[in-house]
Amino acid sequence: MTTTSERNVTGTSFTRGLGIVTLLGIVLLVILGLFVSPADVNQGESVRIMYAHVPGAWLAYLAFIVTGVSSAAYLWKRTRSLTWDRFAGASAEVGVLFMGISLVTGSLWGRITWGTYWTWDARLTTTAFLFVTYVGYLAVRGLGGSHHQRARRSAVLALLAVLEIPLVHFSVRLWNTLHQEASVAGRGTDVTMDGLMLFSLFLGVVVFTLMYVWLVLHRQRALALQDMVEDTGLDAALAARRAEAAV
Amino acid sequence: MDDLGFILGSYLVTFGSISLYVASVVRRSRRAGREVPREQRPWT
Repeated sequence: MTTTSERNVTGTSFTRGLGIVTLLGIVLLVILGLFVSPADVNQGESVRIMYAHVPGAWLAYLAFIVTGVSSAAYLWKRTRSLTWDRFAGASAEVGVLFMGISLVTGSLWGRITWGTYWTWDARLTTTAFLFVTYVGYLAVRGLGGSHHQRARRSAVLALLAVLEIPLVHFSVRLWNTLHQEASVAGRGTDVTMDGLMLFSLFLGVVVFTLMYVWLVLHRQRALALQDMVEDTGLDAALAARRAEAAV
Repeated sequence: MDDLGFILGSYLVTFGSISLYVASVVRRSRRAGREVPREQRPWT
């Protein structure tokens, strides 16, 4: 057995290197976002919130898509493995975190630009609905049953939930909303953003992506450990029951 | 800087919540790791 003083349980040399690069990226992002990048002509200093808000939203989308793909891989007989299920669960958890960050930072940004923290606008409402859906997905993962029962029911739910993402993304085109359309990857991709602003935003997406990979790898391994502990407990209980029956 | 509180608040919420989540993942993995021998972990 391991000692109780073991500190780096889910880490490898790869995740340690990734963690260091991510931390350096975060420091650079904060410096660029808060101090170096220019204020916006229309939005003034409040545009600095964009460097946390937009990468958070994009990475939440990515995380939920990874959850969907991993769930499909679990459901497909040829690739069925609990590793896929754990990747799906870890990615959804990190996605909920990023989506929550995006909702809160968007709310603070909205208070400055729209004069209100929240409005039942199409983009905001569909995003909140997506957030609640994945909180529900995590709750479903926590229900009882075997690992494979957990994996099957949550995989089905994930494949339904991922269908909401296009609705959220295109809500700004489908309905009249306060929320602006995509500035960088929008229609025609006619980018008029300042170079340093664009670089800071790009850096934000890269840093959040590195953070996402680091978090999912660690969380997936932690879930694997938890599954092993549960299996060990179940084996011990079965052995005890057999011993009782033999007496 | 205009609206400084909102801007700093958004960065605080972002990196504060990520830090709390990292702490929670590390704590849960250490707790589970006590019961699983190192040689049974596929990534080691």
